[in-house]
Amino acid sequence: MKPFRMFFRSIRDAFKSVVRNFSLSLASISCISITLIIVAIGIMASLNVNNFTKVIKEDVTIVVFIKRDVDESSLGVIRAKLDQIDNISTIDYKSKKQLRDEMQATSPTLDATMKDWSEDENPLKDTFQIKVTEIEEIAETASTISKIEGVDSVNYGETMVGKFLSAFKMIEKGTILVVVLLILVTVFLIINTIKLTIFSRKREISIMRVVGASNLSIKMPFVIEGMVLGMFGSLIPIILIIYGYYALYKHFGGQIFSPLIQLIKPGPFVYIVSLIILAIGMIVGMIGSYRAVRKYLKV
Amino acid sequence: MELIRIRDVSMQYKNGVTAIYDLNLKIRRGDFVFIIGGTGCGKSTLIKMLYREVKPTRGEIIVGGLNVARLRNSRVYKLRRKLGIVFQDYRLLTKSTVYENVAFALEVIGAPREEINRKVLRALELVGLKGKVRQYPDQLSGGEQQRVAIARAIVNEPKILLCDEPTGNLDPEKSIEIMKVLDTINATLGTTIVMATHDKEIVNRMKKRVIILKEGRLVKDVEKGEYDDEAI
Repeated sequence: MKPFRMFFRSIRDAFKSVVRNFSLSLASISCISITLIIVAIGIMASLNVNNFTKVIKEDVTIVVFIKRDVDESSLGVIRAKLDQIDNISTIDYKSKKQLRDEMQATSPTLDATMKDWSEDENPLKDTFQIKVTEIEEIAETASTISKIEGVDSVNYGETMVGKFLSAFKMIEKGTILVVVLLILVTVFLIINTIKLTIFSRKREISIMRVVGASNLSIKMPFVIEGMVLGMFGSLIPIILIIYGYYALYKHFGGQIFSPLIQLIKPGPFVYIVSLIILAIGMIVGMIGSYRAVRKYLKV
Repeated sequence: MELIRIRDVSMQYKNGVTAIYDLNLKIRRGDFVFIIGGTGCGKSTLIKMLYREVKPTRGEIIVGGLNVARLRNSRVYKLRRKLGIVFQDYRLLTKSTVYENVAFALEVIGAPREEINRKVLRALELVGLKGKVRQYPDQLSGGEQQRVAIARAIVNEPKILLCDEPTGNLDPEKSIEIMKVLDTINATLGTTIVMATHDKEIVNRMKKRVIILKEGRLVKDVEKGEYDDEAI
């Protein structure tokens, strides 16, 4: 009974002192808001950049050209061998006829040249179009495939993919670094702001000690107060995240410059980011006030 | 039976100043004791040691069965709950009402609401401030603020009330009011009172036990004593 009573009193006192120390609370809340907005932008930008790279990676295809003299049954053997390779996620077979039809459909010029070809004159080759699960291992997979009997050649845009891969790795590392740095700066800023609000209440803490409050019961209302400040501080960033991102998505129609650069759908994304921001605000608020109070309990 | 026992206590501050030398003292249950002496004689230090604001460098202090010198920081609250403490500067929460200030002492120990209500009103009645429960400290006079502080100190029904110059900021008339309140508490509740002061008028009027400190040493301990200018 007694611990519950003290816990609820702490919650009541926390809200009370947020109101009674209004100007300081407002200062903390706005500082927390601003830093969290920056963090939110950082998180959303980096997740989007990572999403672009993911979309592009998913687009990379290994095209396996089959020798002309391979018949139906040997094709089945090749298919079975492809199935045994680990890194392959999907295999699409396209006969040279299908390829020809597709190419004819893309432009009238191609259509004009190709429509007179007889089936035997078709210079194209039957292909397997393969997507891999781990793009980093695409070179090995391609070389394994090229050794299969009946395979004429393998093509996946080697030089371009290689460049892309190294660029993506750098982008990923860069964005993670930026987000981590931003969060660290935020933590530091929020902790210090909350420390300031609590330092101004040094007297209150000393009075609590004088009348026989245990250290725990002194810490609790302050820690909850820090949490409340963090919570209020994350409200404006959350509203901005939700409305801002929806507006941005709508404005660009879901993609920037080309269909390759896709924005993440706002769907659950903005709510997940909002939760992350709320959690950062509340946890950091708690840590900040805990550390500030502890300083005054060492006598 | 003694409630406070001080044995061979010395206290030296970190800056090298020695405030108390080899002090031995016993204070019985129900005593009303004045600790007097000039500036820097160690009377404040003595009071601070009793509530473990400072630790003695040597010796043993037992307050209400607790060994104060060995008390760990995280357990200090156990001692404080046995004590009421009144300061020269009142130390009230300026943003809380009179009622909340007194109730605070019971809230931090987790007392139920009805008990808080009953005890707070009784304590405020005892100090004569029952009509001012909704006021804020800055709406009160100095004497009234000090009475709020006394109500807060006794609301928990402590066995010992420590007062560090409680009348230091008050004019003689208000000081006498405060002393009447303290005397009533001592007489009706049987609370042991230890009060550091340099107010000659009060000491002579009250005729209580007087302990005189000079340069950190106990020089005189008299029942029904007076303010002895020569000893100081």
